[in-house]
Amino acid sequence: MASMRDIKRRKGSVQSTQQITKAMKLVSTVKLQRARASAENSKAYFNCMYQTVNRILARVGSLQHRYLQSAGSGKKAVVVISSNRGLAGGYNSNIVKLVTRHEGWDREDVLIYAVGRKGKDAFVREGYEVRMDLSDVVEEPAYPDAMLLCGELLKAYAEGEVGEIYLAYTAFKNTVSHVPTLLKLLPVEQAAESEGEEPEVPMNFEADDEEALEMIIPKYVASLIYGGLMEAVASENGARMQAMDNATNNAEEMISDLTLKYNRARQGSITQELTEIIAGAEAIS
Amino acid sequence: MAENNCLTLKIITPGRVFYEGEAEMVEFNTSEGEIGVLPGHLPMTVIVKPGVLTITEPEGEKEAALHAGFVEILPDKVTILAEIIEWPSEIDAARAEAARERAQERIHEHASDTDMARAETALLRAMARIQVIR
Repeated sequence: MASMRDIKRRKGSVQSTQQITKAMKLVSTVKLQRARASAENSKAYFNCMYQTVNRILARVGSLQHRYLQSAGSGKKAVVVISSNRGLAGGYNSNIVKLVTRHEGWDREDVLIYAVGRKGKDAFVREGYEVRMDLSDVVEEPAYPDAMLLCGELLKAYAEGEVGEIYLAYTAFKNTVSHVPTLLKLLPVEQAAESEGEEPEVPMNFEADDEEALEMIIPKYVASLIYGGLMEAVASENGARMQAMDNATNNAEEMISDLTLKYNRARQGSITQELTEIIAGAEAIS
Repeated sequence: MAENNCLTLKIITPGRVFYEGEAEMVEFNTSEGEIGVLPGHLPMTVIVKPGVLTITEPEGEKEAALHAGFVEILPDKVTILAEIIEWPSEIDAARAEAARERAQERIHEHASDTDMARAETALLRAMARIQVIR
């Protein structure tokens, strides 16, 4: 049995760890609330954008356009949104696994656009090509950041360097449920048609169809990236909150366990001392 | 009667709902020129160019600098999806002035490596800002 001093030291260290995890949990709770509010604010914009784009796509139908058909290159650009800091449970490894374990994706065919240092490091370790690193963005995502990233992606797409663009992020369902999601950004898939939903009014465009696509699709992609960033930040803090909550509970359990052990050891040592004294006294008399 | 003379205007940016209310007329600059939208307009989607946005409310006029985005017009409703939009109070006059000079210089020099389209957009933006403040 460990000595009383050892148990006491162990308990002290668990206690100070618990204080840290408790503080981290509180911090991520506050951050989660903020991230969630701004994710909800950006939803209105995103929904409107989605409707408009679908309406346009439903109209132009099978138009030959580079944003609607793949340019041919087999390479895929994947924007991976992870976090800069760890201690968020499986948050980062889940999103990395989503890409590395994707069927039919070879390491050589995938170009990573990393947002978040943890994800970037993991992909470097796995031997993927990381084309761009925008890790600072995760701290406080702003729309210009999404526009910048979108510009880079569209440039690579226009030059034929990549044929498809994907976004890997963690969707925020609610505080406890976060789902790693892979979203195809380009070429745009025409999901609107299959739904068979007729727009209630015929829509006219001041510019012609092709021009409208040319202008609106980049904005659409940027808004998807922005939405992904907002949700990912909310998910990150949610995941961290959960992880830290579990850690705090585990520490609590360990502390009560150690306290019990400590008390046993203390009682044991007292009993032993008493026996020794009594034995000593008997030996003298 | 007053109800019929108004259209519902909604301005949404990626970060927030910028404006929501009733307006008699909405004016702004598009890729095809400046337009004013009255209630009962033909359904249309237009693309925004940097310029001044004027909202005519029953009580008076409001102005803002609208830089990028697109607008969906329906007979009784106008939705502006703005990437960048500012109220006059949010604009830094000195900075806008400096940006205008810089853009003008770039266009005048016409160096081979300048992106003319970008410089022109920057100039339009700066001018929209300055106009709104006045």
